[in-house]
Amino acid sequence: MRAYLPEYELKTPANLAEALRLFSDEPGVWRPFAGGTDLMVLLEAGKLTHTRFVSLWGLPELTGIESHDDQIIIGALTTYSQMQAHAALRAEFPLLCEAASWTGAVAIQNRGTLGGNIANASPAADSLPALLVYDAELELISANGSRVVPYNGFHTGYKTSVLRPDEVIKTIRLPRTTAGWRQHSRKVGTRKAQAISKVCLATIAHSENGVVQAIRLAFGSVAPTPLRATATEAVLKGQPINAVTIAAGRAALLNELKPIDDVRSTAEYRAQVAANLLVEFLEMLA
Amino acid sequence: MKQSLIGQPAHRKEGRDKVTGQARYVDDLTFPDMLHGVTVRSPIARGQLRGVQFGEGIPWHEFTIVTAKDVPGANCVALILEDQPYLVSDTINHPEEPILLLAHADKYLLEEARRAITFEIEPLPAIFSIEDSLNRKELIWGEDNTFKSFLIEKGDVNAAWAHADFIVEGEYETGAQEQLYIEPNGMIAIANREEGVTVWGSMQCPYYVHKALIKLFDLPPKKIRVVQAVTGGGFGGKEEYPSMIAGHAALLAWKAGKPVKLIYDRAEDMAATTKRHPSKTRIRTAVGKDGKLLATEIDFTIDGGAYATLSSVVLSRGTIHAAGPYNWPAVRVRSRAVATNHPPHGAFRGFGAPQSIFAMERHLNKVAQTVGLSPEELRRRNFLQPGETTSTGQVINEKIDLSSLLDRALKLSDYQTKKTRFAEFNASSSTERKGIGFATFMHGAGFTGSGEVYLSSVVGVEATETGKVRVLTSNTEIGQGSFTIFSQIAADALGIDFSQIEIAQPDTANVPNSGPTVASRTTMIVGKLVESAALGLRQTLVAGGLLGERYSADEFAEACRQHIAQHGALKSFSKYEPPPGVHWDDEKYQGEAYGTYAWAVYVAEVTVDLTTYETRVDDFVALQEVGKVINPVLAAGQIEGGVAQAIGYALYENVVWREGRMVNNQMTNYIMPTSADVPPIRVYFEELPYAYGPSGAKGIGELPMDGPAPAILNAIEDAIGQPGIQTFLGQIPLMPETLMKAMTAGGGND
Repeated sequence: MRAYLPEYELKTPANLAEALRLFSDEPGVWRPFAGGTDLMVLLEAGKLTHTRFVSLWGLPELTGIESHDDQIIIGALTTYSQMQAHAALRAEFPLLCEAASWTGAVAIQNRGTLGGNIANASPAADSLPALLVYDAELELISANGSRVVPYNGFHTGYKTSVLRPDEVIKTIRLPRTTAGWRQHSRKVGTRKAQAISKVCLATIAHSENGVVQAIRLAFGSVAPTPLRATATEAVLKGQPINAVTIAAGRAALLNELKPIDDVRSTAEYRAQVAANLLVEFLEMLA
Repeated sequence: MKQSLIGQPAHRKEGRDKVTGQARYVDDLTFPDMLHGVTVRSPIARGQLRGVQFGEGIPWHEFTIVTAKDVPGANCVALILEDQPYLVSDTINHPEEPILLLAHADKYLLEEARRAITFEIEPLPAIFSIEDSLNRKELIWGEDNTFKSFLIEKGDVNAAWAHADFIVEGEYETGAQEQLYIEPNGMIAIANREEGVTVWGSMQCPYYVHKALIKLFDLPPKKIRVVQAVTGGGFGGKEEYPSMIAGHAALLAWKAGKPVKLIYDRAEDMAATTKRHPSKTRIRTAVGKDGKLLATEIDFTIDGGAYATLSSVVLSRGTIHAAGPYNWPAVRVRSRAVATNHPPHGAFRGFGAPQSIFAMERHLNKVAQTVGLSPEELRRRNFLQPGETTSTGQVINEKIDLSSLLDRALKLSDYQTKKTRFAEFNASSSTERKGIGFATFMHGAGFTGSGEVYLSSVVGVEATETGKVRVLTSNTEIGQGSFTIFSQIAADALGIDFSQIEIAQPDTANVPNSGPTVASRTTMIVGKLVESAALGLRQTLVAGGLLGERYSADEFAEACRQHIAQHGALKSFSKYEPPPGVHWDDEKYQGEAYGTYAWAVYVAEVTVDLTTYETRVDDFVALQEVGKVINPVLAAGQIEGGVAQAIGYALYENVVWREGRMVNNQMTNYIMPTSADVPPIRVYFEELPYAYGPSGAKGIGELPMDGPAPAILNAIEDAIGQPGIQTFLGQIPLMPETLMKAMTAGGGND
């Protein structure tokens, strides 16, 4: 443990209102602590620069999964394990459950939360591309009320977002509009399990008579934020799935990605493999 | 008499303590008034130390602070050459080099203090590659940046090129590798002028630490005591570096007048301690069109890092193993260990051999392709046969039949069928390629050349009045099962029950020096001494008329009791004697390099994903001749673990260096394979008993590290089968990023 523990403070409010009051009374002073699976790693390494946290863990207002006719509402503190165990999510939003199964090991999946994953905003987060293709919405709450924002656009840059210092994510909403679409995801990590992504893809598409009617593509680890590849989607939409379309999609995607070299991989590999993953999906769709 | 325990899956002697949490590792130990220590290290690779700044807000008067000026004896880690200081006095030679030590009772405050220290350093240019070192871009060590060089010559290499049908050249490169023992390094010391110095810690070689502390404190040997705590893995990583940590803990304890515990966390352990030596090898080979190998010239260089440490001996083993198990009429091996400004590289399972064997086993596939033979046929035509000689001129006296070993391995792996099946699969699949490949190799057991003679190891056994027998060695249990093996050997020699054997925890105050726990020597060399000492004890009782030729446990106990009553302690010691006819010329590097060799053929089956360029190892067959298997469960465990570690070496474990510092020093970004990445490992043994090993056993600890990397890359080459791909398959770790370049470039200019 490289952190100096006496410098840290963790408050455990009795309810959400109390937590939100702390955030609004001293904006930026207190930060939320959900499952802690990312924060504890930084703490251990002595790299957790912020020192004052409010534990949200166990607050009932932020937990639970509700199924409605038009949407499924996931409490922000829902863990990866809980998502994988939920029948409706597995049936209709399998990419999210698959991504949950890729994240860390079982201990992490029992503790890591979907809301925490979004707020932590790692471009390599496995579950975020799935949220992008499902057109998820986020309900953000503060002491002054709540608002709903589309998840696409939530991240404004590397580790920045529209979330205000006095707000937390309350729920993640998945519209039930993609029944019957072809769904596919693939993670390319540094090894088969307990790995951080070098590239990951989530995609859903709807095709008829070999023509792409609609397609949504999202990637992790290829840009400063999880990326919805809308320009590539536009190139593919309405096109027959053939070699020409596939080549055009590939070229558009390589243009749209902004990967980097880092300790895990190279920009070149990420771009090339992301494009290969797209081609692999289009060939499946054909 | 009891049934022999040799060859039986005896339970691990210390297993119950480990699985029930009773085993006490160094971090479980505590002493009254104990302080915690930390090491403050250099942030840069090379420079002159000008000063130290102690930052504000830290109660520095409460801290014990040790610098080079506080060293009571010599400020060098005594090992082979005495070039490495315990603490920098003026010149910094690598990142993470220890400069200053701190101790305090509050380990969290200690961490704050470590961060509050800054050094004033005048930077000097540093070098990080073998090329820069060889070209003397900067002179950083000695007169030529070279720690050690060797030359082996057999036959007339120069004459061979003229009448060769083919001359095949290749270049090969291997990376660093972290040992990744589960338990990071740690030591506790109590040190003062009256009592001397005592350390407890995680280590492989108590007497190495002992020797180093004598020099550091300038104290007589009996004033230094080194005790091994239960140790969670070593793999060579706890061969030499514990001498450094023990010295640091002891320097702090000496100055503080209190016990000091110094434990590394994973990040510090990975960034600061030793790794496997990176290497570069160039091979040039003359071969006839009949596939007969005529001559080879091997140029082998390893990166030793900033100080000499064990590089000369690592180089020696790599040099001797470089020519492989083949009958070369002419061989020239030139090798050298060079200095760079990396932290010193050190011992790691295989000890130089995995590097040079990788090069040769990849190269021979290239030779086979050039000649137009299959890899197996090329090897069959050139395997060493009994009566032929190795590169050092050692005559093979064992009845080893490598062709039969190869045949069996290929049969076990269904090699020919798979070759055909994979060729069909590859022609039809657009997403994957499958391949199968193998490597044939040998590994010398025990110290090289005259090493064992110099060590002159001693082992003791001691009986109690109740008929229990204690085995006294300095060889450590580090997870490999040495205590179990020693117990089996001693029980078998004495004809008593396994449970009647105790193994003394290695403690230099109580056990003789039976040498270090390294070099695949513990079972073969030390086990043989355990056997001899036990037989000596039994002979004492028989000769004294206290024991018949056949006896029960009660009769054995009664004999011990009577002997102790009549004569006092009942002990027997055995000292190493070299096998007859072993000669080694250290100057010419000629003769019997090792008492014996273990021989192996490993076969790997892989799938390469054309979408992601990832390689998956699907199946692995490890067949080896090991003399005699003492414990089948432990022996198979050694092979499986070694293969898994070598799969990491081949495909995953990539040390990312920046200005000489490892930057992926976390287990989240230094990628070792998990169980999900490791295939079924099918282990098979053959046994040709070695006359000078216990019950015929040879060493096997390092063997499984040698073969997997070349076998896997040979399989990848078979899978991809693309012209020119060889250029990219000469290096490990072979990351998907490299394979992508290879496959998208359409090959190189090979």
